[in-house]
Amino acid sequence: MKAKVYVNLKAGVLDPQGKAIQHSVELLGFSGIEDVRQGKYFEISLDDSVDTQRARESVEKMAREVLSNPIIEEYRVEIEA
Amino acid sequence: MKFGVIVFPGSNCDHDAYHVISKHVGQPVDFIWHRDTDLSTYDAVIIPGGFSYGDYLRAGALARFSPVMNSVKKFAESGRFVLGICNGFQILCEAGLLPGALIRNRDLHFVCEHIYVRVETNDSPFTNELKRGSVLRIPIAHAEGNYVCDDATLAELQREDRIVFRYCDKDGAVTDEANPNGSRDNIAGICNRGRNVFGLMPHPERACEDLLGSSDGRDIFRSLAATLAAAA
Repeated sequence: MKAKVYVNLKAGVLDPQGKAIQHSVELLGFSGIEDVRQGKYFEISLDDSVDTQRARESVEKMAREVLSNPIIEEYRVEIEA
Repeated sequence: MKFGVIVFPGSNCDHDAYHVISKHVGQPVDFIWHRDTDLSTYDAVIIPGGFSYGDYLRAGALARFSPVMNSVKKFAESGRFVLGICNGFQILCEAGLLPGALIRNRDLHFVCEHIYVRVETNDSPFTNELKRGSVLRIPIAHAEGNYVCDDATLAELQREDRIVFRYCDKDGAVTDEANPNGSRDNIAGICNRGRNVFGLMPHPERACEDLLGSSDGRDIFRSLAATLAAAA
């Protein structure tokens, strides 16, 4: 089983890296870009001893307590069977 | 009185802090490896600058899970003194011992230069030998020093006089131009509600000898030593 965790800066938290990327992409000739926000993506592989519900619970906990900082970031967990 | 300097894999200002305590404060000091958990013989611990755990995930995020950090939390709860410098400040925020977070600098640069901070309060064990409103010249060296917090936290910090240093120009004016990293309200250092935990991005331990360009940082360590001497 695989868990995917997406961590993004909360709306309103400045993302200077996103801004720099947006600038570079625009230099490349892309137009119409409103905003670029950079986040993090984690893939967590779980062995067969873990059922889907326990996987979701423990990965949510990991995301909340380690992978993200709730002051500045939000996360989303997806479980893939 | 006895000081401890915590050493994580990737700490690199630990020897500077040790040097300042032993030479300029003239007090006993130990290095404390991050796997050690017994802080019972110490009166104050310093979490030094550096790149603990390579700054992986987020600056300070992984150091928070080191065995010593549980002890540091209890140490702080017992009212003893914790000073976090640069990466140490990031670790204290990640560990929840100080509010807010430190994110990427506004302009993305790693900033490494001498800057000015204004002493916003001397009602703290770390600044009681300083004059409120005085200006210190201290170096910074960081890429993630941009202090952020929500409106309620900022209001609380202001109301409780917990903003210890703010970035300013050489005359003490707190301006956006003097803000090297985009920190909210020009915040360079804050303390906790108990005032015994203090975190700051500037490096006072690198500003303790005139030969190094400034000795303005000494008074921070002297304040702490005076506090400890008075308590003894």
